Amino acid sequence: MEIIFFLIPIALLLVAGIVAGLFWAVKSGQFDDLEGPAYQILMDEEIYPEKKDEKKKQEKNKASQK
Amino acid sequence: MTDQSNQDIRCFHCGLPVPEGLELSVEINHQAQPMCCKGCEAVARAIVAGGMESYYQYRTEKSTTAKELVPDVLRQTEVYDRAEVQRSFVRRSDENIREASLILEGIDCAACVWLNEQHIKGLPGVLEAQVNYSTHRARVVWDERKIKLSDILKAIAEIGYIAHPYDPSQHHQILEKQRKDYLKRLGLAGALGMQVMMFAIAMYNGDWWGMEQKYRTFIEWVSLLLTLPVFLYSGWPFYRAAWRDIKHRRAGMDVPISLGIIIAFSGSLFAMAGAGGHVYFDSVVMFIFFLLTARYLELVARKKASEHTEALIQSQATTAVRELSGNETEIVAAQELEAGDIVQVRPGETIPSDGEVVEGRSSIDESLLSGESRPCLKQAGAKVIGGSINIESPLRIRVTEIGQETVLSTILRLVERAQSEKPAIARLADRVAGRFVAAILLLATVVAIYWYLKDPTQWLAITISVLVVTCPCALSLATPAAITAATGTLIRQGLLCSRGYALETLAKVNHFVFDKTGTLTDGQLEIIQVLQLSDDLDEASCLLQAASLEALSEHPVARAFIKSCKTGLRAVDNLSSTPGSGLAGRINGRQVFLGSMQYIQQETGLEMKDDQSKRLKPGSRVLLSDQNDLLAVFVLQDAIRDQAAPLIDDLRQAGIQSLLFSGDDETAVSLVAEKLGIDDYRSAMLPADKLQQLKELQQQGATVAMLGDGINDAPVLAGADVSIAMGEGARYAAAAADMVLFRQDLNIIFRGVTTARKMMRVIRQNLSWALAYNIIALPLAAAGFIQPWMAALGMSASSLIVVANAMRLTK
Repeated sequence: MEIIFFLIPIALLLVAGIVAGLFWAVKSGQFDDLEGPAYQILMDEEIYPEKKDEKKKQEKNKASQK
Repeated sequence: MTDQSNQDIRCFHCGLPVPEGLELSVEINHQAQPMCCKGCEAVARAIVAGGMESYYQYRTEKSTTAKELVPDVLRQTEVYDRAEVQRSFVRRSDENIREASLILEGIDCAACVWLNEQHIKGLPGVLEAQVNYSTHRARVVWDERKIKLSDILKAIAEIGYIAHPYDPSQHHQILEKQRKDYLKRLGLAGALGMQVMMFAIAMYNGDWWGMEQKYRTFIEWVSLLLTLPVFLYSGWPFYRAAWRDIKHRRAGMDVPISLGIIIAFSGSLFAMAGAGGHVYFDSVVMFIFFLLTARYLELVARKKASEHTEALIQSQATTAVRELSGNETEIVAAQELEAGDIVQVRPGETIPSDGEVVEGRSSIDESLLSGESRPCLKQAGAKVIGGSINIESPLRIRVTEIGQETVLSTILRLVERAQSEKPAIARLADRVAGRFVAAILLLATVVAIYWYLKDPTQWLAITISVLVVTCPCALSLATPAAITAATGTLIRQGLLCSRGYALETLAKVNHFVFDKTGTLTDGQLEIIQVLQLSDDLDEASCLLQAASLEALSEHPVARAFIKSCKTGLRAVDNLSSTPGSGLAGRINGRQVFLGSMQYIQQETGLEMKDDQSKRLKPGSRVLLSDQNDLLAVFVLQDAIRDQAAPLIDDLRQAGIQSLLFSGDDETAVSLVAEKLGIDDYRSAMLPADKLQQLKELQQQGATVAMLGDGINDAPVLAGADVSIAMGEGARYAAAAADMVLFRQDLNIIFRGVTTARKMMRVIRQNLSWALAYNIIALPLAAAGFIQPWMAALGMSASSLIVVANAMRLTK
């Protein structure tokens, strides 16, 4: 059972990661709206294809500049 | 009142019945859909043209009716482009990049959010747009070179929503910060708590099957490591509140909670340091986690309430047109006005501050402040109240009072005072808990001393058992868990509780007082009778003539005529109006007059005969005449809401007596009371009278609920045991009320009453269960029969049962 001296600290690291992730999520506003996003996946995103194209072009330009 | 055959056809956009003979339709998803008015038609077309038809597929509520709201809003928006006005709510991140927060009105479901987001994002020059569904607020970033804020606001109005910029108040920001803070504390307690409990299971197993000391020590240290952040960080709000209680020499719930946590934690430390016995880190984290959850939910409910009131207050007109020397004017924020300033108020605008009319003659709608549904006439020298609306013609007004001294502020102060006089039922629970806590502490001390003298090795374990077992966890969760569940259910249905005790009191209510205008009626005038007085013209042509005369007016009376006239209007020559009394004009070469009895008499010398007036129904009367004859009498009435009668019936069956208090005259009130079956009604009451009568009722031992709208009801609302404001017209009333009804659906009121009663039953069950558990467990623990781990288990189980019971309310 000596293995737990190794496994438990790993578990602790994982937990630390989870907590850090959670704090980041709260800070960056992931919990600001808990109701809206659930519906958003149901709706079509691209109703303004022209604008989207523009964005894509911009991204392409950026990429080519790099 | 509505035609039976017509009731089947409802507006596809807003769900209102389509008026007879009207044929408007919009093709949505390849199908022609009926529309009830031009406004809805325009909105629906804008939505379809923008390729956002799927809004109609995913929405869960019908949209707000579009009529009347669009033009009014469009008039003001340019004001928001001015730099001085923008100062308070626009942030500049770059020279041309601006960011603002907007409050959106009319959002009922997630599809509305999507529609707004897509629509705003599609505007050229808008860089970012986010709508928050929970708070009904939007954040917009735009490029000042390409688009103006007023264009964005107009674009939103195009699809039928109202947006106004807002300056996030201090209060709101603090609550939001607090919510995030709690969320972190809660998340930490949850994540680490799970680990601690996992290790605790290992140790309980060890107690049973045996465990090598080195593993036990290791796991104890790991648990300590995990518990420490929870103990210090997540538990901090309890210690802070407890310390405040102690400083003020009160014993609230936080004192025993903190004490329990601290003793269990330090007891465990002692045990590890060699005093022997068990560690109770699992109890510590679990305890903190559960209580924090309850606190978090409470905070969220409070935040929601404050958001709604804030939105209502912010939506008041905040700008004014001030005259400078010469002929120039400038637009200033209403707060910047000073006494003595002259302001210009155009028709349809809100009067920015209390003042005196210098020039002009117009009708003023004071319904928000006085409850009087009919506009009153003001001319030079008359006093006007800030917040009322100018209806007919432009006015110049000298500002007499500002800020603290205005009538509006006075009413708000009255409200505050009434609120502080309120019986604080909420404090009672805390007082009882305080005594309970004192008793437990005393008992624990006695137990500790007794066992220390008898068996020094066991005293700590037993004392902790006593404290953990009697820990008022279930007891302190019993009420908040039920309240949170019930409040949440009601918010989803459209009834918001902004104060904790509101539901508790609503359950006990035995008298329900209603306001009339805007509450039991919908506040819109309607023609209920047309009496033809001459053979010259039939009813329809009388209506046509009246509507043609009123066509250009925005008076509520005029709207009633225009609404009920179905044919095309006639042109009117030489139209002249006497604000507040009547109109005259020439139609097809015939001079006609429309107005009150006095006006007609003045202009033509004609009078109505007694036998004619006997045939009239009660209500406001408007006469139509030409120079020789009276042509017709119209009787106008405020329409009663459909759900009003069933509500009164339901309340009666639940043993609640309904009363009607109104500022209107006897005939109008008695008619409504009779129709709804309310036996007890009182008319022509001033706000002070209403409050007086309410107090008398309360002195007779009644628990009174009040449903009202309008600022004039605010003091009465505050004086009632529990008050409900109609969310629509009730900007300031909502701030004073315990509950706000956000949907125009009176049925929800009765659902509120039943939910409140159910909630009280659940609370009683919970409390008796928690008490029974404590009474059985306490002597056992004091006698030393209960191991601390059993105590922790029992405590957790009792808390879970309490919470599960409360969850029944969410169904």
